[in-house]
Amino acid sequence: MTVDWQTIADAFGLGGIYALMAVGIGLVFGVLRLVNFAYGQLVMAGAYALAFAYTHGWPVWIGILLCFGVVVVLSLAMDVVVFRPLRAHSPAVMLVATFAVAFLLQSIALLWFGPLGKIAASLSSLNQPWIIGGVDIRKISIVSAAVAAGCLLALVLLLGRTKVGLHMRAAALDFQTARLLGVRANRVIASAVLVSGLLAAIVAVMLTVQSPLVTPDFALRDTILVLAGVVLGGMNRLVSATLGGFAIGFASGFLGGALPTNQSQYLPSFLFAAVIVVLLIRPRGLFARGGQQAVERV
Amino acid sequence: MRQARGLVEVLAPVLLVGAVALFGTAVSTSTQTYVITALVNVAIVAALYVFIGNSGVLSFGHISFVAVGAWAAGILSMPVAEKPAIMPNLAGFLRHTTVGNAPSLAVAAGVGAAYALVVGLPLMRLSGLAAGIATFGVLEITHNVLRYWERIGPGLNTFSAVPETTGLGQAAVGALIAVVVAFLYQRSRYGRMLRATREDAAAARAVGVSVYGQRLIAFTLSGALAGLAGGLYVHLLPVNTEVLYLDLTFITLAMLVIGGATSLWGAVVGAVAISAVDSFLAEAQNGVHVLGGTLDLPSGTRIIVVGALMAFVLIVRPAGLTGGREIRLPRAFARNVLTKFSA
Repeated sequence: MTVDWQTIADAFGLGGIYALMAVGIGLVFGVLRLVNFAYGQLVMAGAYALAFAYTHGWPVWIGILLCFGVVVVLSLAMDVVVFRPLRAHSPAVMLVATFAVAFLLQSIALLWFGPLGKIAASLSSLNQPWIIGGVDIRKISIVSAAVAAGCLLALVLLLGRTKVGLHMRAAALDFQTARLLGVRANRVIASAVLVSGLLAAIVAVMLTVQSPLVTPDFALRDTILVLAGVVLGGMNRLVSATLGGFAIGFASGFLGGALPTNQSQYLPSFLFAAVIVVLLIRPRGLFARGGQQAVERV
Repeated sequence: MRQARGLVEVLAPVLLVGAVALFGTAVSTSTQTYVITALVNVAIVAALYVFIGNSGVLSFGHISFVAVGAWAAGILSMPVAEKPAIMPNLAGFLRHTTVGNAPSLAVAAGVGAAYALVVGLPLMRLSGLAAGIATFGVLEITHNVLRYWERIGPGLNTFSAVPETTGLGQAAVGALIAVVVAFLYQRSRYGRMLRATREDAAAARAVGVSVYGQRLIAFTLSGALAGLAGGLYVHLLPVNTEVLYLDLTFITLAMLVIGGATSLWGAVVGAVAISAVDSFLAEAQNGVHVLGGTLDLPSGTRIIVVGALMAFVLIVRPAGLTGGREIRLPRAFARNVLTKFSA
């Protein structure tokens, strides 16, 4: 095993990106009790928007704007068309429905853009290294860690200091009571979906720098890992979900960089085995607070 | 009366499977391939139903039992002469052994059951979301290991040279076995106890039902059926790890949910209906004649239409096409005719 500063910085960068995805999934879960399997396809749509702008030679900022526009519109549309009619149904039905949406979006991308993939390399200069104290570190690792930290700080302020944030926290705690006390259901859900869409757009920008080849299954692997991380950390609180996302991103980035190839090919097995073990020992999540409602075990 | 109703409940899915198979004898060879695939899908969805439908616990892991079944049957039935080319690193005992078609299917079912039992021993303690993610983990681990561990199979290679014995007859028999076993299980006391835990776990426990034990029984049985379906699959076409992964997990789960996850009738109807739509669209991409006109869809529309259809049915009828109920004859008919027979 070889560990260098580059590996650690990469692991921090990936952990930061996964933490943002975990927040995006956790926010929607908080208000809707819905696990959005199609979250990765939002990221994929954003990545295709960046690739579209790049192949047409548009400036970087237009590409990023386009990415944000596409992802936000798509996530709000998903809320209206899919989440809203299914709100009253069981979590299993909702999970399978978002599974179907993910499949649908992926097939649309496959038909539209083909299986070979498009290049989105407008920010590829961020892959160049910075030399810090004699050590080479890729800029994107530092940028993603910094952007993730900034976004999480902004989110803490949004949830803690604004009225919308208060409503979202109330709805996550007890949706019925919050509604009885005057929180508007549709608005609070739409704002959670909106914030989660914005995060997906940011993740799309970061991930396309890391891997500029955009294919229909872009971000699919990442979403699966993040979902595992979110459950691993504990789904019921945003903080624990975020920590879980960061942990699995850090572990996967670190081990992926540090292990030789003939061992790292089994990395997914080790990660998911760890997830299963944690679920068996602490089904409410690694970072969940102990106490009130115990998770049902049989 | 009750027995007559049970007869209808098992006859309807059996007749549907039989009708599909009969339809398969009447069509061209290229269309027949679709029919055979549909029958294998029925077997997989029936396996899913045994656990998911009766327990109400979602599992994303069943395709891993299909995969180990396919691996077992594929490795054992491939001719010894072909093995070194496709599986150069195979472990010694497997390298020199070849069995026939039927034994390989039996081994596939056995391996599926054993693997499900081993996996289920710890995992059946989980419920809800945790169960969903943990079974997803099983799928990921199985896919990952089968993909890279070349001592136990072809790794990244495709299972070519396996005898293609899954014709219409074998697929129909396999699907019928799965459907009948699923029916017998759901009518048995174990099936009833498991459904009681689905409706109200606390009440079921209060009358002495072990939720863990009942779920483990169903998980193992459905692992056996899934393994059998995997054996059918590997004898149908040359599979590899990517065929038995996310897409198949998704489409079979969608068949179950769209048909109606809480009834066997729903599982079979869902599998047949989605397979039919999928095959029709696949043909329509090459141009077909429908109602006097010619329908010619651009290639690739098939997956989009199927995906959109699934999302649509889930939104409009979340309980599935059958509403999750077993089939019933019209009341008057049942009263007048069936009571006479069963009296």
